Amino acid sequence: MIEVRNLTKHYGPVTAIRDVSFAVAPGEVVGFLGPNGAGKSTTMRILSCFMPASGGTARVAGYDVFKESMEVRKRIGYLPESVPLYADMRVAPYLDFVAEVKGLGRSERRRRVAEAMERCLITDVQGRLIGKLSKGYRQRVGLAQAIINDPHVLILDEPTIGLDPRQITEIRSLIKSLAGEHTVILSTHILPEVSMVCGSVIIINKGAIVAQGPIDTLVEQFFPTARVQVEILGPTPAVRESMRRLPGVLDVQEQAPLDGHGVYLVESARGRDVRGEIFQLAAQQKWELRELRRVGMTLEEVFIRIVAGEETVETGAEAVEGGA
Amino acid sequence: MRVWPIFKKEMRLYFTSPIAWVILTIFLFVAGYFFYNIFAFYTLASMQSAMNPAMARELNVTDSVMRPLFSNISVILLLLMPLVTMRLFAEERRSGTIELLLTYPVRDGAVLVAKYLAALALYGVMLALTLVYPLLVMYFARLEWGVLVTGYIGLLLMGATFLAVGVFASSLTENQIVASITTFGALLIFWVIGWSADYVGGAWGRVLSHVSLLEHFDSFAKGVLDTKDVIYYLNFTVLALFLTLRSLEARRWKG
Repeated sequence: MIEVRNLTKHYGPVTAIRDVSFAVAPGEVVGFLGPNGAGKSTTMRILSCFMPASGGTARVAGYDVFKESMEVRKRIGYLPESVPLYADMRVAPYLDFVAEVKGLGRSERRRRVAEAMERCLITDVQGRLIGKLSKGYRQRVGLAQAIINDPHVLILDEPTIGLDPRQITEIRSLIKSLAGEHTVILSTHILPEVSMVCGSVIIINKGAIVAQGPIDTLVEQFFPTARVQVEILGPTPAVRESMRRLPGVLDVQEQAPLDGHGVYLVESARGRDVRGEIFQLAAQQKWELRELRRVGMTLEEVFIRIVAGEETVETGAEAVEGGA
Repeated sequence: MRVWPIFKKEMRLYFTSPIAWVILTIFLFVAGYFFYNIFAFYTLASMQSAMNPAMARELNVTDSVMRPLFSNISVILLLLMPLVTMRLFAEERRSGTIELLLTYPVRDGAVLVAKYLAALALYGVMLALTLVYPLLVMYFARLEWGVLVTGYIGLLLMGATFLAVGVFASSLTENQIVASITTFGALLIFWVIGWSADYVGGAWGRVLSHVSLLEHFDSFAKGVLDTKDVIYYLNFTVLALFLTLRSLEARRWKG
């Protein structure tokens, strides 16, 4: 549905994206991830036919975004990051205007406007001035204008930014409900959101794609090991060494050594559960076992590893906030 | 070409915000004031000429009321028209709505035509309301229809040119004030550029007086409909709109 090949965009001397290539299958919901300034918005602006690329090609719904821009535009719904709406217009007339510009006939327009408003839960504010609406409502009006022509492809640039948790949940379930019939590409900063909404991700950093694929495959690819977090009361070096000698264990890292009892991160081959062995070991040695749990490898860690580099994985939490 | 929906949207934005109402009010107030003064002066002159037959022969209501009124209105337009057009692209750019508008299945040209026609329509309303003045004159005296018609054609063409320049300036910036001042400056220069024709002289002098917005209006106010002047205004308009289209395109590449 979306096919991007060697897309490049320069802004004067600055290169925003370089040789970006990816493909999105019909009906898929794809998360577009990357820190600020990575080139997410630039890519989306090219896909939505707002700006031409400096090099490479992009095809949306089977049409070239540059050469057959009108055909593409008929088949997409776009929501820019800033949610630009006409503050002086009222919700329903605004949506009617968008529907008309998108080429819907009068009776179809009335039906689609009502439908989009219902779907985005804005029917109760249809007579209000857009400029007077709260951020959450404006976001939903923006989403409504994107889906009003029942587009094949939805391009959503940070659709949940600046919303409160309840609204985020609503928008997410709305996007999920769009999957299947629509192909959705959405960019976001919120990584758990991607795991919840998207089937696969594209991670972009400094203008180039660094990873793409289904989330599970990516996690496996970047973390070929399973990890277990263990908290044991006992002599630190001895605990560490004897755990390391256990069959199947690849590596043991101390997390927070604290006078005698430490927290360890035990890595083993994926698919091999070493928790039993650890328990046995602790029981044998009469160490007090306080905690034993599997640590899930999340997309977040993949993202941090890719974007911030391996060295900063430990301080990942700050890196996400600062970088994303 | 989906011009109609965007035209409707622009008209709605003109009339749901105070812009159109303020412009109409100020325009009619100032134009009305000029009209009152001109007409009052004419009344005085005609009372004096009742005692002076030589003066009475010179007196002509079309020449002494409508012609000065037309040139006064053109000066008001010079000041007001930048305010009609300043919003059209600058505001879309500032608020970011241009990003959505230019990704809808409409060509840039259609967006431009729709916006320009909306400004022209508002101007049409402004001009139509000034018809009250000649109607008032006609209640008291006989007006020459020809001059009235060419005068209004001239105002319409000149206003259309002003609007095209304004639309162009609006497409260059995201600041409405900058757009309106640029428009005003450009119009004023083209208005008075003919003045230097006298000192320059020769071929350049003729060029300067030919590009002057003011010189071409004179003949309309006199009741002369010259294709040279009509073509001048149309050329000017088309050129400004063409430049706007290019500026929109250039902006796309820059993002």
